[in-house]
Amino acid sequence: MLKSPASSQTKPLAVNQTKQRTKTTFALNAKDKYYAWIFLGPSLLILSVFIFYPMIKTLYLSLFLTNTVGKPTVFVGLSNYISLLTSADYLSSLGVTMVYVFAVTILTIAIGLVLANYASKELAGIGIFRTLFSATMGVSVSVAAIFWLFIFNPSTGFLSLISTWLHLPQIGWLTDPTAAMIAVTITTVWMNLGFTFLILLGAIQSVPTTLYEAANVEGASPRYQFLHITIPMISPTLFFVSIITLIEAFKSFGLIDLMTKGGPTNATNMLVYRIYKDAFYSGNFAQASAESIILTAIIALFTWLQFKILEKRVNY
Amino acid sequence: MNIVAKPKLSHTILNYILLIVLAAVVLGPFLIGLWTSFLPTMDIAKGNFLSLHLSLQNYIDAFTQTPIIRYLGNSLFISVATMIAQLIFCSMSAYAFVFLKFKYRNFLFGLFLATMMLPFEAEIIPNFTTVKALGLLNTYSVMIIPFLTSAFGTFMLRQSFLQMPAELKEAADIEGLGHFQFYWKIALPYNKISLLTLGAYSFLGAWNQYLWPMLTTFSNAYRPVQNGLRQLQSEETFNDWGMIQATAAIVVIPTLIVLFVGQHYFKSGMNEGAVK
Repeated sequence: MLKSPASSQTKPLAVNQTKQRTKTTFALNAKDKYYAWIFLGPSLLILSVFIFYPMIKTLYLSLFLTNTVGKPTVFVGLSNYISLLTSADYLSSLGVTMVYVFAVTILTIAIGLVLANYASKELAGIGIFRTLFSATMGVSVSVAAIFWLFIFNPSTGFLSLISTWLHLPQIGWLTDPTAAMIAVTITTVWMNLGFTFLILLGAIQSVPTTLYEAANVEGASPRYQFLHITIPMISPTLFFVSIITLIEAFKSFGLIDLMTKGGPTNATNMLVYRIYKDAFYSGNFAQASAESIILTAIIALFTWLQFKILEKRVNY
Repeated sequence: MNIVAKPKLSHTILNYILLIVLAAVVLGPFLIGLWTSFLPTMDIAKGNFLSLHLSLQNYIDAFTQTPIIRYLGNSLFISVATMIAQLIFCSMSAYAFVFLKFKYRNFLFGLFLATMMLPFEAEIIPNFTTVKALGLLNTYSVMIIPFLTSAFGTFMLRQSFLQMPAELKEAADIEGLGHFQFYWKIALPYNKISLLTLGAYSFLGAWNQYLWPMLTTFSNAYRPVQNGLRQLQSEETFNDWGMIQATAAIVVIPTLIVLFVGQHYFKSGMNEGAVK
């Protein structure tokens, strides 16, 4: 799910608005109850069937053993979780996912920040660069995979060609475990850049120019200004994009499926890909359900953190 | 010591060089792909990258030998349908949370918020069983129905509705406008920008779906473009890099044009959100 940058801005204000509205409450109308059913009904139905029910069902399945068609057979309590959290294989997936998520987040934010910083300068024709830097926003997962699969291709790829020209050793980008992880990370970061850049650019542009003018009078270097004015002033937005990037990275599936299929030797077998494989290839629905619940717990934690940070922005 | 107030020419040139290098790095993968899409596959296979045998043959092949147009059409239909549905249902539920008073309103709103914490990726097992039981596998509906509404869209529009002046509702009550009229004639037009933003996000969200269509569609008749491109790569065309790149270009170029043209509106939408 994409998060709107606009909502991040409007959310804090709404806290005050809600208070105002409860003060000027319109008379409680008995008819409202029926209208509420009409207005809320469709959404409630869809969410119940495709979000609430499956979550409860997943939780339920995770406490059982299941047969090959996914029907629960024997209640086993937490034993699915225990066997997962003691399995070296699952822990390695968890570790791989963590490394990937944090690498993606840090690199996306760092590069996005560099792009946004240079694109925020008032130069002639800067609009063109702003547009170009945001371009990866229009690139969907399978297109990105094609571009980068060609670059990383072992025989005819762009990088292997460069290596040949420069007489460098060839790297098996998608066959070496470490290199495959790097390849998937680079591709994800590249895909994220456009969106991150646009949000960070907006934040940098909204820093009051008087701050920089004052710093100029003091003779502060651009580097000093960037570290001591820009970064602190945009820190709420930095947190916001970091968490969105983090959550999206935890849910990565498409690129993994398109580029590495979790391999080589499970080096990129991340949480969602694993759920898919365990459920739909191995037919181990109980274990996949327990994995789903663990994933949900991780994402819920970070989403909650995101709400908390956004709340703080009210006081900012 | 006022050095930076008036940037030196050398500074400006350095900035431009840096910007150009950054642009080249960001656009590199795209440009490499675009370039190869004009090369004969023979040249690509031989590593003859600077070949000048440029032609549109790969594009002609892509259009005539692959169902790429069908994939694009499928995705367009699914994305537009999802977008329209979300605009209607999210705005309706947002309206209920802002302008209607009913029992459990806060509880239900909390429930909506809670769903934003639940990743769809973790619910694919029961959802697959559900759509299978409903006989929806391998249809357009299977890719639209679960996404008819979204908690995020409801939340976003609720924030927007909350910022409408209370006088508007009071005036409408005096005029005798019912809820449907107020919703349709005043609330929706008043929140045009937020609706546009939600429209863009829901469209893109549907367009970029990957896991769910992969589980639920098995034929080119319904397969959306993301999964279609994967299908093409897994078929015999796998090593026909020229044509693969051409299909990628066919998919990405319309999106980029929309993005570049729409960026002006998109940006003003974001700013609007910031100013409110």
